[in-house]
Amino acid sequence: MMDIVTLARFQFAMTTIFHFFFVPFTIGTGFAVAVMETMYVRSKNELYKKMAKFWGNIFLLSFAVGVVTGIIQEFQFGMNWSDYSRFVGDIFGAPLAIEALLAFFMESTFLGLWIFTWDRMKPKVHVIFIWLTAFASILSAFWILAANSFMQHPVGYTLKNGRAEMNDFGALLSNHQVWYEFSHVIAGAITMGGIIIAGLSAFQLLKKSQKAKDFFRKSLRLGLVISLVGSVAVITAGDLQMKDLVTQQPMKFAATEGNYKDTGDPAAWTLIAWANEKDHTQAFGVDIPYMLSILAYNKPSGSIKGMNTVNKELTVKYGNKNYYPSVNTLFYSFRVMAAFGALMFLVSALGLFFTRKKKPSLYEHKWMLWIIGLTTFTPFMANTAGWLITELGRFPWTVYGLFTMKQSVSPNVSVTSLFISNTVYFLLFAGLASVMVYLVIRELHKGPDYEEKKLETEAKINSDPFDKEAFS
Amino acid sequence: MSGLQLLWFILIGLLFSGYFFLEGFDYGVGMSVQTLAHDEHEKDQIIETIGPIWDGNEVWLLTAGGAIFASFPYWYASMFSGYYLILFIILVGLIIRGVSFEFRSKMPGNKKKVWNWTLAIGSFIVPFFFGILFISMIQGMPLDAAGNMKAGFTDYINLYSVVGGVALTLLCYLHGLNYLTLKTLGPVRDRARNYAELFYWVLYVGLVVFAVLMYFQTDFFTLHPITTLSLLVVIVALSVIANVAVAKRKEMLAFLASGLTMIALVSLLFSGLFPRVMVSSLTHKNDLLIVNASSSPYTLHIMTILAFTILPFVLAYTAWTYYVFRKRIKHPKFDVEGEVVNAG
Repeated sequence: MMDIVTLARFQFAMTTIFHFFFVPFTIGTGFAVAVMETMYVRSKNELYKKMAKFWGNIFLLSFAVGVVTGIIQEFQFGMNWSDYSRFVGDIFGAPLAIEALLAFFMESTFLGLWIFTWDRMKPKVHVIFIWLTAFASILSAFWILAANSFMQHPVGYTLKNGRAEMNDFGALLSNHQVWYEFSHVIAGAITMGGIIIAGLSAFQLLKKSQKAKDFFRKSLRLGLVISLVGSVAVITAGDLQMKDLVTQQPMKFAATEGNYKDTGDPAAWTLIAWANEKDHTQAFGVDIPYMLSILAYNKPSGSIKGMNTVNKELTVKYGNKNYYPSVNTLFYSFRVMAAFGALMFLVSALGLFFTRKKKPSLYEHKWMLWIIGLTTFTPFMANTAGWLITELGRFPWTVYGLFTMKQSVSPNVSVTSLFISNTVYFLLFAGLASVMVYLVIRELHKGPDYEEKKLETEAKINSDPFDKEAFS
Repeated sequence: MSGLQLLWFILIGLLFSGYFFLEGFDYGVGMSVQTLAHDEHEKDQIIETIGPIWDGNEVWLLTAGGAIFASFPYWYASMFSGYYLILFIILVGLIIRGVSFEFRSKMPGNKKKVWNWTLAIGSFIVPFFFGILFISMIQGMPLDAAGNMKAGFTDYINLYSVVGGVALTLLCYLHGLNYLTLKTLGPVRDRARNYAELFYWVLYVGLVVFAVLMYFQTDFFTLHPITTLSLLVVIVALSVIANVAVAKRKEMLAFLASGLTMIALVSLLFSGLFPRVMVSSLTHKNDLLIVNASSSPYTLHIMTILAFTILPFVLAYTAWTYYVFRKRIKHPKFDVEGEVVNAG
């Protein structure tokens, strides 16, 4: 099992999943903090400033881990997948370079300004910095997803000189796949930001000794408003993306439904099932009639191709390969993602209802606070499940229909090198995650009224290094 | 070789120049946390000089990486897979260093120490191993006809590459010290100046060894004798200027001179490589050339338009940020003249 393809795939999965814990976390909380600071600027209510600062600290922790784990992503295409990089570099490198140039510079520069100029800039100017940071992080998501979309649905290329060469940059950007992915990911990120703020506030409200009750109640409500809007958007976007898969990547779709055989018409939806992946059969399944037709076509009729049929079609088109992905993983990933997505919507809607100003009964019921609190963890799992479907469902391709994983790997990298890097990354990630959790809890303990005893470190009189005296 | 191919070779050089000019002093400042500061207040003061800007500086590296991928995919593939373990160590260095700033600022006092160390060690690892990478790359590495590099330990780690690693680390350290003299007040400023004066003498020794080894270990002198020699002279001259400026307390000049040294060094490496991007030690037939490592004319064209549209904005807001944070950072216990305000 320990061949370089397996190890390189494991590394890609591990680094991407870990990185993507923090990407939507950062985008979502960054957006929420920008909303809070805007409310402060408009209302001049200090409470909103306190909120922006407090949740800003949680956002910054996520940002820090997100940034450092992102560097691995950019390097590992060349390190682990050099033949892939040769094959698609002409197309795939461009969005990565643009991402850095257009988004990363803006994001990190204005974040630096935001962190360090609270006391120096007028609120109206200061709030621009966080919006630019949030905007840049969303831009960066677009470009990386444009690259990923090429892998899922290659467009705008021609095969020349033994590689895919770009011949239509516009097609890369108007690829329908990227717009599905982008809206899905951004809506998911915004939901996540709202859920995290609401959930962590709920945990704080469970504490009897909590002094900042008003603060966390306001945060909880705002978080739920954001996640309600986000979750409606994410469910819509996800639904559209799934419908697109039926025609674009039928194997992925069939696998998420666990259907080896073609469905009847109308197609039933499988609630739970288990697949025998070796002999390509379903061990058992519990079906809900009509449901899959509705999900796939928005009407109670129409059948869906099973994996066996798709396999035959792919064999005719691309030759004899194993086209079956990890069916059980895809099947349950989809159910985890969809269930948690729906749960986040429900929790947001009901949470808002029970905290309405007229009759805020939620705060009296500990179990309700517990439910909101525990929901904090669901977006992490839903996001991971979503990427497992997207990336594992692409099997056996790196670029759908063009280039396989086996062709993609770096032929000159040894099992030992990969084994070392996998082990160290794993330990490093475990360490980073522990510190991150520790520090988030610590920030929550400090509470919004905690003021760092910061020593004055900036000179008050003129000490401008551009001043003449600096040269003399 | 087309004009666009040449342009992108130069642009990659410029991105690496920007990276070492800007993040170079960040690394020096990071190393200074454990070598220059006497107490936790001084560490705060030192770190605050780069707090708002280090992350933006690091983006120069990410952009350089992305730009190589986009404009020279064969170079990117050969270099990144060939230097697997070296880049892996650099990544670990970047990671432990990158989280240090945020983690340190939020840790309770007694736990800050760990993150001072990760910051300093990370800041040391990255330039040292980049030095090893670039110097072994110009010496030539075993590239086969497909562009795959399977090198042994001594290909990566040898006398010249280690000297290169030390030289680059030292240059970053000095650049950081010059930055600190420019950006701080009080004892840190004085100490940084004294350290710089001392370490420039170490650097001179290093540069002489570096130049001599370049003559014996690379083909730079036979291939491009004039540019190689003149850039080496420029590097030494800039170091002398920086050194004299430090002694004469012309702090801005010293900082600019050490920054320009970085640019001169990158120029030396890139002009020596020209018209190759990677040198094969097996046979020159396997050299990776600008002309055959690049992307298609179409991609280069698109990338050129985008780069020249976006870069001016990046440079403008980066410059503005430096202007906003132009003031010196003071040690809490000292006022501007360096007198003790509150001895306690």
